[in-house]
Amino acid sequence: MSETLTSARVALVGNPNSGKTALFNALTGSRQKVANYAGVTVERKEGMITSAAGRNLYVLDLPGTYSLRARSPDEAVTRDAVLGRLEGETPPDVVICVADATNLRLVLRLAMELKQVGRPMVLALNMYDIAQRQGLRIDLEGLSREIGAPIVTTVATRKRGIEDLVAQVDALAAAGQLVGENTWREPNAAEIRQAHAEAQRLVRTYVRPPEHPDTWTGKIDKVLLHPVGGLAILLGLLFVMFQAVFTWATPAMDGIEAIFGALGQFVGAYVSNDLLRSLISDGIIAGVGSVLVFLPQILVLFFFIILLEDLGYMARAAFLMDRIMGGAGLHGRAFIPLLSSFACAIPGIMSTRVIDSKEDRLTTILVAPLMTCSARIPVYTLIIGAFIPNERVWGFASLQGLVMFGLYASGILSALAISFVIRRVFWRGTVEPFLMELPTYKMPEPKSVLRNLWIRAKIFLNRAGRIILPMMILIWVLSTFPYPPEGATQPAIDYSFAGMIGHAIQPLLAPIGFNWQMSIALVPGMAAREVAVAALGTVYAIGDAENNVGALGTALANHWSLATGLSFLAWYVFAPQCAPTLGVVKRETNSWRWPVIMFVYMVALAYTASFIVYHTAVALGGG
Amino acid sequence: MNDISTRPAAEAPPVEGAIVRLSEASLGDVGTIVDVRAESSPDNHGVNLEELQRRLLEFGFVEGARIEVIHEGAIRRDPIAVRLDDMRVALRRRDAEDVYILLDGAKT
Repeated sequence: MSETLTSARVALVGNPNSGKTALFNALTGSRQKVANYAGVTVERKEGMITSAAGRNLYVLDLPGTYSLRARSPDEAVTRDAVLGRLEGETPPDVVICVADATNLRLVLRLAMELKQVGRPMVLALNMYDIAQRQGLRIDLEGLSREIGAPIVTTVATRKRGIEDLVAQVDALAAAGQLVGENTWREPNAAEIRQAHAEAQRLVRTYVRPPEHPDTWTGKIDKVLLHPVGGLAILLGLLFVMFQAVFTWATPAMDGIEAIFGALGQFVGAYVSNDLLRSLISDGIIAGVGSVLVFLPQILVLFFFIILLEDLGYMARAAFLMDRIMGGAGLHGRAFIPLLSSFACAIPGIMSTRVIDSKEDRLTTILVAPLMTCSARIPVYTLIIGAFIPNERVWGFASLQGLVMFGLYASGILSALAISFVIRRVFWRGTVEPFLMELPTYKMPEPKSVLRNLWIRAKIFLNRAGRIILPMMILIWVLSTFPYPPEGATQPAIDYSFAGMIGHAIQPLLAPIGFNWQMSIALVPGMAAREVAVAALGTVYAIGDAENNVGALGTALANHWSLATGLSFLAWYVFAPQCAPTLGVVKRETNSWRWPVIMFVYMVALAYTASFIVYHTAVALGGG
Repeated sequence: MNDISTRPAAEAPPVEGAIVRLSEASLGDVGTIVDVRAESSPDNHGVNLEELQRRLLEFGFVEGARIEVIHEGAIRRDPIAVRLDDMRVALRRRDAEDVYILLDGAKT
């Protein structure tokens, strides 16, 4: 049967931090496809290489794990793919077990588990250059004989050993070695101990400890994990990150806005049919543009996240934050998703997959939209500019800046409070154990950082196309039809479905000080928060409101009381004014239950907050 | 290999000061893991005790492993980071209750 194997399936399995993804990149280069596994939202990364013998090898990069005994959805995919149980996946012909050559003990235990599965295996000792530099000696022949698998040494980041690895995989595929019996089953405590003892014996016998062990990691950690200094550095890093998100991204964002504006006009000039023109330029182009404009910020944020992750810092950040977030019932690993949510809740919610337990993950998803995403900024800027005097307080601080800070702080504090409540209402009991390897610090590879950034961008664009575009068209329909009657005196949107919905919900919103114009603006504002600015411009008949914030601000200051303005701000801190987020929550949780719960609790919170703010402000004379 | 995890609590090593729970170890404590059990505070981990024990074992918290407490968090000195043989692992004190360490220099 062997000669008939013109292609083979190869699975990459390894511990987290073993450089598995770098090896995958070195193997497959740019010929990669990123998708999702059927039914689960775990990223499926596959690439193809052609071996010297002309065989096509389809390489699957499986999520990192310490054991085939899966705990998170990610690890379950690894287990099922290796065992050939994953629906819609052909079981692998060859398994590559990727090991960090400087840290062999845990991966040898994983390798033993993989051997039990009975499929041909190659052990790739990655980061071999670091092992050599440290003076670590490994008896490759002896180790290979004991574990019963060929061993290849690789340096994925320098593409060393890759040809050798491909040749070994190819040889195994060519030998068509009959797949042995699968004797793997979940090990119990005694079996794990036994496997560890065996791994320990292998390490003692075949590995000579390093002559110059890495001492940098310990030295750096003395500073970065210092109970006080470490937290201060983390906060400093976050501050730099946010500065960068808002300053570096601005030119690119202006560029994207200009391009979409020009595109809209260009198309407008060539499409004679009014309705079609409006659909294309006001609905699709303007709509997609209003979401794409966040791409630069998302990329800047992810640039930092990927960099810190590759460096090995993210596990440290989780360590520093675990206790603080644990007080609110959040897992230390929720830190990264919540951080991403400051740019946009969508990538934040997508990155909750790193959290093992379902309950911890859902809690994080539910509170992620409370983090002040960048789409709120245009709304905040508009309202603050219109209602908060540009004064200095205490001699140095700007009052407007303080209000902005207060809005961010209310988002964070409410997220902590809500997760605290969720932990008591939906699922009692404690968060999952926090057990995390603190990897050795490594210099990030520029190429791999860029590649990961590109993958993030593609995922976001894909999402924008599939979820946001239909949503935009729906909202355009609601704000366009039916047409205003002849001789209409009000702006067209007033007569549309959006207008009707706005008028219908206005009595409900009257107690929090909203007039009908605001109620109408909330409907298109469901597409993305900042669309409300354009919508307010439409109802107050200010052309090109987004570029004419001054005029709109003046109009608002004339029409709204201070109490109404503050109430609107409070609304935007909490309200689920973002249909794409709800769509992503549905996708990630595979049920409508959680987006519905999210919508209801956020509306309730927004209403309560606005009510309190409005009536307090009225009582203090701001009505 | 005898599975000492099933040993009843009453037979816990009574040597005072020499053997400590990892959850109560201080910064700088160095020693050897002598026992990893599944018995304390069953409702306090988010997973059952056997699962917690298996996770600890999988990370290398096994009898005979060398361990040193190298970092502590700011609030109630929690979580902690330990050097475990040749790797570094972070964990919460409450999940480390059943890991027993024989401190270096202690007489058994």
